[in-house]
Amino acid sequence: MGAIITLSILGILLLYLGLFQAKNALLPVTLVGLLVALGFIFSLWNTDAVPLFNGMVVFDRFALAFSALCILVTGLILLLSKAYFRSISEHIAEYYCLIIFSLTGALLVNSYHNFAMLFIGIEIMSVALYILVGIRKSDFSSNEAALKYFLMGAFSTGFLLFGITLMYGASGTFDISGLRDYVMSAQPISPLFYGGILLMLCGLCFKIGAAPFHFWTPDVYDGAPILITAFMSTVVKIASFVGFLRLFGTVLLPLDAFWTPILLTITVVTLFVGNISALLQTSFKRMMAYSSISHAGYMLFAIVSIGPSSASSILVYATAYALASVVAFATLIVVKRKTGSDQFESFNGLGKTQPLLAFVLTVAMLSLAGIPLTAGFIGKFMMFNNVMGNYNIMLLILAAISAAIAVYYYLHVVVNMYFKEDANNPSNPLHLSASYKVVLAVAVMLTLLLGIYPDVLITLL
Amino acid sequence: MDNLFILLLLPVLSALLLCFVKEASRAKWIALVGALLSLGVAVPFLIKFVPDATLQFEQNWLWIASLGVHFHIGIDGISLPLVLLTNVLVPLIIIASFEKKYTGSYYALVSFMQAGLLLVFVAQDAFSFYVGWELALIPIYFICGLWGSGDRIRVNLKFFVYTFLGSLFMLVALIFLYNQGTTRSLEWNSLVTLNLPEAAQRWIFWAFFLAFAIKIPIFPFHTWQPDTYTHAPAGGSMLLAGIMLKMGVYGLIRWLLPIAPFAVLSYSHILMLLCTIGIVYASIIAFKQQDAKRLIAYSSIAHVGLIAAGVFSWQAEGLQGAVLQMVNHGLSVVGLFFIIDLLESRTGTRDLAEWGGFAKQMPVLAAFFLIILMGAIGLPLTNGFIGEFLLLKGIFDYGVWFAAFGGLTLILGAVYMLRFYQKAMLGPLSTAHTTVPDVKGHEVLLLTIIVFFTLFLGVWPKAILHLSEASVTNLLNQIKF
Repeated sequence: MGAIITLSILGILLLYLGLFQAKNALLPVTLVGLLVALGFIFSLWNTDAVPLFNGMVVFDRFALAFSALCILVTGLILLLSKAYFRSISEHIAEYYCLIIFSLTGALLVNSYHNFAMLFIGIEIMSVALYILVGIRKSDFSSNEAALKYFLMGAFSTGFLLFGITLMYGASGTFDISGLRDYVMSAQPISPLFYGGILLMLCGLCFKIGAAPFHFWTPDVYDGAPILITAFMSTVVKIASFVGFLRLFGTVLLPLDAFWTPILLTITVVTLFVGNISALLQTSFKRMMAYSSISHAGYMLFAIVSIGPSSASSILVYATAYALASVVAFATLIVVKRKTGSDQFESFNGLGKTQPLLAFVLTVAMLSLAGIPLTAGFIGKFMMFNNVMGNYNIMLLILAAISAAIAVYYYLHVVVNMYFKEDANNPSNPLHLSASYKVVLAVAVMLTLLLGIYPDVLITLL
Repeated sequence: MDNLFILLLLPVLSALLLCFVKEASRAKWIALVGALLSLGVAVPFLIKFVPDATLQFEQNWLWIASLGVHFHIGIDGISLPLVLLTNVLVPLIIIASFEKKYTGSYYALVSFMQAGLLLVFVAQDAFSFYVGWELALIPIYFICGLWGSGDRIRVNLKFFVYTFLGSLFMLVALIFLYNQGTTRSLEWNSLVTLNLPEAAQRWIFWAFFLAFAIKIPIFPFHTWQPDTYTHAPAGGSMLLAGIMLKMGVYGLIRWLLPIAPFAVLSYSHILMLLCTIGIVYASIIAFKQQDAKRLIAYSSIAHVGLIAAGVFSWQAEGLQGAVLQMVNHGLSVVGLFFIIDLLESRTGTRDLAEWGGFAKQMPVLAAFFLIILMGAIGLPLTNGFIGEFLLLKGIFDYGVWFAAFGGLTLILGAVYMLRFYQKAMLGPLSTAHTTVPDVKGHEVLLLTIIVFFTLFLGVWPKAILHLSEASVTNLLNQIKF
């Protein structure tokens, strides 16, 4: 709980800092706050988790590990933010504050033990983001993205809330253990409950951007400022998955015969919609947006074949994906600052002018593609392994085909960086500030570390 | 000095060092010293190897405890020739690139690929095998993309996606195998004792076969190969044809035969047919080629088609021939690509129509070329002869007709190779190339080494055969139905 309180206070503190024009203090204060929150999380690590506050939240290892991941990724993203936020807006205190609030929501989602907390967490997380997406007030695409995100988000909230209501109607409780007891004991289970499952499924699929509820993703990711896109595609997605996993892993596990075929279909459609659309993009940012859909598909593998290893495989996959995304978006910011465009062509010749940056992005792309000795491969291996334990080979073969499609577009940027010449102004070098270097180095080293020795993470849960 | 891990580590270290070397003149020497060091470390394995069926120089660590994945490496009679081949060819390939002014990154990629290839040949755990398999692919992708020619971006991407798809199917099969049995393990020892049911074997077979067949390449999975070989830089073609395609054949012997024996046996007619079609088809196409590199690319499909047929023949002779011929093919293809490259750099073209009459200008090269060519054709007293003889003997024991058509490779091979020699070396000298200088210095050294091995293995093939004999016999005995 300490982490959530710290972050809530931190958000308000940041607003005051903004009020008193202490812009230089924003980043250090935020980072210190995040460290304190991390400290609270680690202090709880070896304690027995019991539901707190009348069973509202529970800080078990599962919640703590994912919360630590969310905080870590937010920290990396914020380290990239200093110059970036100043270049697009006057109100940088609001940026920090909203991101921290959104993170607080994510932490609530990670640790919910009661549907009320799930709902509140998702709302805190999302409402802050609606503003963040549209924070470039004069930018048309940013406005469009914000409106789209807000409308779609409102829809999905509606679905989610209605689902919760139906489940409450059937079982008479919001509490996760109460719902599990209901599922285990009720004979027969009320049709309302099944309706609730479907509606909650829709709501959560909206949040994670799974097909066919993905239509907002590319436009919103594209329209939002790059760092906000990075935040959305990592922290928000991770938290939504954790919510998903907790619901299906604890409550709905006995009913898997009902929801598995539905989720299986969603998974396959998500994989292919994401990958094939990503294949057709000419913009790196949109490619990342569509590929994030397909990664949601891979992460759904863990839920489709829910079991004891689901949580650790989502943790590994999400970490790999988040690290690689942070690198990709950080590189995009640097490149876009120079060329003013997020097309693949902007990356031309990067291998010559910025060999280290190009190398780092290559590692990130290989990780996303799932090449051995990167974290992405271990994630894919564990996901595939989950599915193989429970399901047929067909799904895996489809996954293999879609992974082969994916490698094509991930290599697109590598091709541009190394095999094509920069026609514009190769003499104009990119400038990387120290914080960028730190973020890129940390992300790449973690990617390789997890690829070579993944036990450090797998054994956490 | 028989620590296998050090053998794998050396190329990685030399790759890391080479990343920081910018000057071409220094990079090539560092690369060469690194590669020779690896070769030096590899030699004790040959000396200390006891030619029986056991796995030697074993090292086994728990790698990812939570997944039950081991890092298990070891050498037996089938891996040793390929480990030696890799360590002999890599220095040669580095020497072959000496005049190209490549920076350190090129040599770093070559060394890195060497590490991946060696891991493939010594891995006793399928996880390590897969890691090596993919790690060998990444560097060659960059080598071909950065230093290749022509329409390299498209060709290279096709090559990568094609082989990556194959690898993914193998990964799916591996994960299936991982979930069989009582303990989750990917070690070779436990995988071969699984006794999979028929249906499982059948699809496991296709998943593995696809990965290996694309790499080798077996007809009809070869479509990426001629383009890639042609557009790759000379060193890249040598790495691809000389060593990388052996990964596929090695995979067939090491993993496919023991894990899915029933499926291999029940599909063996189809497999033999595919291999035979590949042999005849590629030979005929090779005959029509005007581009020297494409000619060798197609001849390579024909040669490895025969090797694969030998593997699928399920005879000791066939497998022995396959092991020997993998070494022979590696040596001769590197020699031929090198000759093409030095002719190309002297004349500016690979078009056979523009070549001709070089024998008068370059008598030394002509002699080397002829011997290497004879090795590729399979003339007695050259290395190719014994290999092809054993392969055909194995195939003959499997089926006479397959041997009859597979044997066409000898005739057709002689036809297109002699045509190649004739177009390049004999006839009138084109007026554009009256001043081509003969081979010198490091070129002579490289060709001498290859010619030495061509003749040495031709006269004394036992040098390789006695290494693999016990392992091959043991493998055939061990396979259960």
